[in-house]
Amino acid sequence: MAALSEDMKNRIRAFIPKYPRKQAVTLPALHLVHDELRTVSNEAIVEIAEILELHPSEVHDTMTFYAFFKGEGEKLGTTRLWVCRGLACMLRGAYELIEHCEHKLGVHCGQTTADGKVTLEFAECIGACDGAPACLIEDVHAMNVTPEKADQLITELKLK
Amino acid sequence: MPYEPVLLARINKPNSGKLEGYRADGGYETIARVLKDKQPLDVTTQVKDAGLRGRGGAGFPTGLKWTFLPKDHPGPVYLCVNADESEPCTYNNRILMEKDPHQVLEGIMLACYAIKSPKAFYYVRYEYGDSYRSLAAAVEELYAAGFLGKGIFGSSFDLDIVLHRGAGAYICGEETGLIESLEGKRAWPRIKPPFPAIEGAFRKPTIVNNVETLACVTQIMKRGKEWFQSLGVPPDPKNPRDAGSYGPKLYTLAGHVEKSVCVEVPMGITIRDLVEKHGGGVWKGRKAKAVNPGGLSMGFVDVNAPLKGEDGKTEYDIPLDFNGPGRVQCLGLGTAAVTVIDDQTSMVDVLHNVCQFFSHESCGQCTPCREGTGWMLKITDRLRRGLGRKEDLDILVDVADRIGIMPGTTICGLSDGAGWPVKTAIRKFRAEFEAAIKSGAKSKYAKSLTMAGAH
Ligand SMILES: Cc1cc2nc3c(=O)[nH]c(=O)nc-3n(C[C@H](O)[C@H](O)[C@H](O)COP(=O)(O)O)c2cc1C
Ligand code: SF4
Ligand code: FES
Repeated sequence: MAALSEDMKNRIRAFIPKYPRKQAVTLPALHLVHDELRTVSNEAIVEIAEILELHPSEVHDTMTFYAFFKGEGEKLGTTRLWVCRGLACMLRGAYELIEHCEHKLGVHCGQTTADGKVTLEFAECIGACDGAPACLIEDVHAMNVTPEKADQLITELKLK
Repeated sequence: MPYEPVLLARINKPNSGKLEGYRADGGYETIARVLKDKQPLDVTTQVKDAGLRGRGGAGFPTGLKWTFLPKDHPGPVYLCVNADESEPCTYNNRILMEKDPHQVLEGIMLACYAIKSPKAFYYVRYEYGDSYRSLAAAVEELYAAGFLGKGIFGSSFDLDIVLHRGAGAYICGEETGLIESLEGKRAWPRIKPPFPAIEGAFRKPTIVNNVETLACVTQIMKRGKEWFQSLGVPPDPKNPRDAGSYGPKLYTLAGHVEKSVCVEVPMGITIRDLVEKHGGGVWKGRKAKAVNPGGLSMGFVDVNAPLKGEDGKTEYDIPLDFNGPGRVQCLGLGTAAVTVIDDQTSMVDVLHNVCQFFSHESCGQCTPCREGTGWMLKITDRLRRGLGRKEDLDILVDVADRIGIMPGTTICGLSDGAGWPVKTAIRKFRAEFEAAIKSGAKSKYAKSLTMAGAH
């Protein structure tokens, strides 16, 4: 069975005319697949490569540079929760916040909760330093995250 | 008279990001007028004469950079907008993109006209979801209104803007790393020359500009070069290499300040004034000990160190213009992101955090950078665990000195940037590091193992 649906393939193809070269669609394609499937399997890589007329190893090479993408054998939970550990956040309690989230979720950074709901990660500065300590939920900033606010966030994420 | 913000003038308006609101404030009148009355070279000349220097960190004169494009190139030429903004404690681009995307987009139109580029690739870091959506909506409005695509504003100039999302890597902000990433490859910076202006994205001549730089282009073309030159500071006569610091600037405050805000003031404001007048002072009524004046890679200012030849002043009083931070052994203005560190914070913890960042973000191509940032992390980790040795401080400074870009052993500026915080922290706060080694005291964070290893 194909890893990518026909609809996903068409959405990837739609990026092609925007760029002078097909290879430039690599990141948009990886994002699209990763968003939907929460991982980019080896099969998905082969199929992306086919559309972009690349060797699968070229797509794989690019993908693995960005620790952001999860590959074969790894899968993200329903929601990604990143806690920033950058300097501004550290100065305002980020390390304590990371520890708090680890306890609350029962996982270490880089792991997904047993119910598959939340993947906890740390991030380098997410550019929300005016709301330090800050978190990123998928791609949305959460600012001034106190332990109480984190608990509330986590409860909401668990319901998704 | 207090300064009246220009770049941030619209951000508190309701619907500040909408095309209708922007046009009601005179938006896109400038580009329409320029397309009608001016030649591309006129734009370059005006930007050059205004003395605009890039806001992305290096401070290179913007108009001059544009003139490096080859003449009579068959084309196409490209503009890459650098919205990777990943230097810790920097968020000024984000404010502009979220709140006033059209101001930046008009700057892109003006820049593209100046350099005769039919296409701009707008590279936005992944973490800026709200910026991306704000920009995407704005670009869509422009196409719907016929302001992008073929023959914009009734001229014969065609322009497309393509938004492109990054995937969480600091090195995508380095201009050739950005280009490689845009092309669908690892964000490995390229060896220069050739510089992007000669051979950049898709092997075509390319200009890479920062978001705030482009917002400044909009304002220069709207208000004139004299207005821009009337703000900021002229070149320092004592520094023959200083080209002046003109115009308004966005400063972001972070860390131990009462109010972490992004403010716009003319270049040349001192750190003290920024923190006290705009940041509401140091938080919890405490005192500042150190300040990082412009993103981690610029190094540290010692708030209590006297300024040579200036009675009663300290490093806290240096102006934040392109010339100022260099006077106190910092690398430069950087992104003008000011992070305040209070007197109850351990510089050992601060430096460890900084080393963690650079080690994590080194792309690994060059051995001095990859290994050097790793060593600095290991040593600072040892220090915070209370296992530091007397010679560690000299080793740190030695490594930091050697991994810089100067001897030409590394491809990009990340390694040089990784060295400055280490060198300045140890030089300026050596006594604190020595005391930590002597006492063997463990940092309160020493047990957070996950912080060191979980990549
Ligand atoms: C490691 C590294 C990271 C950088 N990150 C950024 C960035 O996030 N945004 C940016 O505009 N410039 C960044 N720069 C500077 C760019 O390489 C480039 O000089 C800049 O985008 C040029 O734009 P400007 O002339 O408008 O300032 C970075 C440089 C280095 C060495
Ligand atoms: S200096 Fe560091 S970040 Fe820059 S190219 Fe070399 S290894 Fe990569
Ligand atoms: S340091 Fe956490 S958002 Fe910048």
